[in-house]
Amino acid sequence: MSVLLIAEHNNKNLKPFTLNAITAASKIDADVHVLVAGSGSENVAKEVAGIPLVKKVLHCDSPSYQNYLPENLAPLVIKNADKYDHIVASANTFGKNFMPRVAAALDTSQVSDVIKVNSPDTFVRPIYAGNAFATVKSNDKKRCVTIRPTSFEPAPKTGGSAQVEKVEAADVPNFSKFVKREETKSERPELGTARIVVSGGRGLESGENFKLITDIADKLNAAVGASRAAVDAGYISNDHQVGQTGKVVVPDLYIAVGISGAIQHLAGMKESKIIVAINKDGEAPIFSIADYGLEADLFKALPEFLSELNKLNTIQK
Amino acid sequence: MKILVAVKRVIDYNVQIRVKEDGTGVHTDNVKMSTNPPDDNAVEESVKLKESGKVKEVVAVTIGEEKAQETVRKALAVGADRGIHVKAESYIEPLGIAKILKKVVEKEKPDMVFLGKQAIDDDCNQTGQMLAAMLNWPQATFSSKVVLKDKSMEIVREIDEGLETIEVNLPSVVTCDLRLNEPRYASLPNIMKAKKKPIEQMVAKDLGVDISNRVQQLKVEEPPKRKAGIKVANVAELVSKLKNEAKVI
Repeated sequence: MSVLLIAEHNNKNLKPFTLNAITAASKIDADVHVLVAGSGSENVAKEVAGIPLVKKVLHCDSPSYQNYLPENLAPLVIKNADKYDHIVASANTFGKNFMPRVAAALDTSQVSDVIKVNSPDTFVRPIYAGNAFATVKSNDKKRCVTIRPTSFEPAPKTGGSAQVEKVEAADVPNFSKFVKREETKSERPELGTARIVVSGGRGLESGENFKLITDIADKLNAAVGASRAAVDAGYISNDHQVGQTGKVVVPDLYIAVGISGAIQHLAGMKESKIIVAINKDGEAPIFSIADYGLEADLFKALPEFLSELNKLNTIQK
Repeated sequence: MKILVAVKRVIDYNVQIRVKEDGTGVHTDNVKMSTNPPDDNAVEESVKLKESGKVKEVVAVTIGEEKAQETVRKALAVGADRGIHVKAESYIEPLGIAKILKKVVEKEKPDMVFLGKQAIDDDCNQTGQMLAAMLNWPQATFSSKVVLKDKSMEIVREIDEGLETIEVNLPSVVTCDLRLNEPRYASLPNIMKAKKKPIEQMVAKDLGVDISNRVQQLKVEEPPKRKAGIKVANVAELVSKLKNEAKVI
């Protein structure tokens, strides 16, 4: 039976991780329907209808859904859940927030952070910060599943023409209110989807020194990441954190600078294709997973790195 | 006002996890166990709210085997007033845990329930949200700042895009981020005093809720290992390797 996937968007455009979740949903069942709940979100519904893997779009437009308050969104999902065996969303702060409310209301046990779909009821998911992979079988009739986006390729965006069906808003409880969102604006690629990530840790010693990281990131057209220690110390904002409870990234190139490599950090980056570690402590655990390790003082190595990059004729974008 | 704070006993965050050869799980015998790290933040915030005078009582609850009581004792040692231990011999999924917590909430009638945002063992990130849904309460997840007002809370949440501020009416469920506060250490006199604080005992299967597991664990295995890389002598060699060998820049 069909899959209902909940789209993440900003009322203007679809967020890219929804495309990865659509790929995963299509491995559960080919009949993928997508719920777009938003306010002034017609463009998003159109965008989703054009995704070839999507067979039908349920579009609900109401001020109640402007800011994804989970108390408002969950009743709408539940109201439309009858016809579906699977409810699917991305395992990011969007999906993590509302999906368990849906699962609890449906009395079903959620399968979180799926990295592989073996069959419609059997999934692989990381546990213990990715230090073990569990293969699990859900015996519930209705299954709530969240998808680790970076474990699936994004679905192609254009060429489809799914039917868009309007659905009515559900009653909202009115006991929570959105106040504001402070989004970090950046010209750089998004951390979750960037081809190259340059990350800094406590070794940077201050927020000002993070400029050494951002200079290299800009040269390589890379996103900027950070260890929890660097975020806790206030060097950089929380949306840059890579790790077990931060973001999980799988870039082609991950450059870890001044990061010792705690288990919790490795959980967020160790699937990267090529890992570079720059650290003055030759015994740092990060070297045990690095393809290329450079034992050096980052304050000398980073300016040198930038000047070597400047010498190159071309840099892949 | 009254706070119920939930704590879970997990393998200590510093322990290198070892997967069992027979694929049934991970080794837990003779392994150091501790309170789930963000649960410590939940306890700390509860105690701070009590110290501010707005909250009169903090009750710490855990669900698990006999030794799970240690986590409640630790919460009592840093300032919780009394404890509840719901005994359960085997693993219960977040859905079952939320049902048990709902029973405790119905009995204790707190104004707020604080929990960690995620347990570092099963990494599910579900219990707080499920409890809120079952109680038909609002929720504030991934909280990094909590301001308690008369009938509501203003909460700053850590989201993928940055920070979000919401206001939730009381009663409410709050799940705590690691950056919410700096958990204190218990002093020796307070550890001694905590031994005299009461811990009420309950038994999970006697609470009249369905806690059967719905998700069957078929196997647990080690993730694929990365093969060891090389050390480069200098920056020039690094750039050359990235350009010509790995071909990523």
